Amino acid sequence: MLRFSVLLLAGCLLASQSQANDTLQHRKSAAIMPDADNAGLKLPTGFSALKVAENVGRARHLVVNSQGDVYVKLSGKVGDKGILVMRDLNNDGRTEEITGFGNYGGTGIAIHNGYLYASSDEEVFRYKLNAKGAVETPYQPEKIITGLINRRQHESKSITLDKNGNIYVNIGAYSNSCQVKDRQPGSLGMNPCPILDSAGGIWQFKSDVLNQTYGNGVRFATGLRNVVGLDWNNQTNSLYVTQHGRDQLNSLFPQFYDTTTNANLPAETMYEMKQGDNAGWPYVYYDPFQNKKMLAPEYGGDGKTEGSAAYKNPAMAFPAHMAPNALLFYTGSMFPEKYKNGAFIAFHGSWNRAPLPQEGYYVAFVPFENGKPTGKWEIFANGFAGVDVITSTRAAQHRPCGLAQGPDGSLYVSDDNKGTIYRILFNGN
Amino acid sequence: MRSIKQYACLGGFCLGMFFLLCSTTGMAQSASLKSSIEKGKTVYVQRCMVCHQQDGGGVPHLNPPLDGASAVKGKDKSKLISILLKGMSDRVEIDGEYYSNNMASHADLSDQQIADVLNYIRNNWSNKVPTPVTPAEVKSVRAKTK
Repeated sequence: MLRFSVLLLAGCLLASQSQANDTLQHRKSAAIMPDADNAGLKLPTGFSALKVAENVGRARHLVVNSQGDVYVKLSGKVGDKGILVMRDLNNDGRTEEITGFGNYGGTGIAIHNGYLYASSDEEVFRYKLNAKGAVETPYQPEKIITGLINRRQHESKSITLDKNGNIYVNIGAYSNSCQVKDRQPGSLGMNPCPILDSAGGIWQFKSDVLNQTYGNGVRFATGLRNVVGLDWNNQTNSLYVTQHGRDQLNSLFPQFYDTTTNANLPAETMYEMKQGDNAGWPYVYYDPFQNKKMLAPEYGGDGKTEGSAAYKNPAMAFPAHMAPNALLFYTGSMFPEKYKNGAFIAFHGSWNRAPLPQEGYYVAFVPFENGKPTGKWEIFANGFAGVDVITSTRAAQHRPCGLAQGPDGSLYVSDDNKGTIYRILFNGN
Repeated sequence: MRSIKQYACLGGFCLGMFFLLCSTTGMAQSASLKSSIEKGKTVYVQRCMVCHQQDGGGVPHLNPPLDGASAVKGKDKSKLISILLKGMSDRVEIDGEYYSNNMASHADLSDQQIADVLNYIRNNWSNKVPTPVTPAEVKSVRAKTK
């Protein structure tokens, strides 16, 4: 349950509310004291961190408005609230007041052109924001998209918006690899994969038209198994997505793969997707050691045979199974220059590497130069799991899931395991 | 005429034999359960561990835990056998949580292998269920499943 005890504290702090409503000058991060232990995180030199709030629920994606209020989309509702509004009333950088609305669980949340957008696992809603960035009619949202497929697996509907009035929605494939029998050892792939008609890709809709569904939208990009992290890159004016690669190569096709190859294959991938692009799921997977798109074993592959070259190449490849759950292009000015226009990725952490130790559970940074990734990446914030070696997913205490940039340029990270909201600051020189 | 002492002796002998027989049967049973659990571990590693993890903890919101799970520890062995035979793809609440991933059917395993892996998960981690699952029970559920 949500700890509404913070509301009691909020009552004590009402006196400072008028101050909180002042301009951003009062919210200068210089005045914010990080936690003594940097919220338990390991960060590059000059960075520090604090816990904005804890135990808020299963915090999926989040967004920060111009006033520094944090909107968090919860996967499971807390009471009747699926969206939390977290306010810092005394400019200490932390949350003193939590209210909420939105009677649905989900993942996606975004702010664009004066509206807050949020998704359930089947629909997308929007709420008008007033001049202070607040939702004035939380119980009368506009339903802009409805009827999207949710068959349990890969059900999150992540969203991002471009500069031309479009919203992009991930519709994950309700399958691991489009087998006739999902996750059944030896079961072959359906050909063509019928899932791709309504899922396994990114759909584009208008951001201001009500009650759109498949017939009104465009299948913008396909062949993407499940994209939880996606962001519009305003520098390149294009869509970037991070894909969760397929699971269980060795348990489904033990004649071709062993536990070690399964732990390392396939890569988690980031793509720049233009309209009409196809990343190749379920027919191919990306092998980061051979730098090749390999034919999936469900479609005749054996770990050695390449798939069609026609499918899109990833812009970046990452270790297998780490589950990139959020992508954010950093446009702030708080962090050093190297971070500007680069990509942060929140890796939720793996489960599919057993019996080898699990990996991920951190926020990575991908530097970009001239609108292209440099080819390198680094761990930016680690220590969320609270343990060094994770042999079972449940051992991880916190799991990074969402990313947001504050108006001051600080980076917010949500954890959907224990519901901690982190804020990372740069105060070095 | 035999003395009372002789009868007592005979009675004592019979009683002793009875207990010996009982304890031998008991030992035999626990030894067979122990062997089944050991064989079940091999099946678990090959088929189950990737999703349910080494510690039976599952993956939050994706794959349900087996450690501590009421259906695993429960008396309804038929239901458990049936899950292995048929797999599971329904949206059902499991001990208060929902899970996203589908479970495949493992009907290609033998009656003995299914009994073994169930004995393993029912007697590993915090689970301790002395009542074994037998291949005959698996056979019986399999016959009704078709």
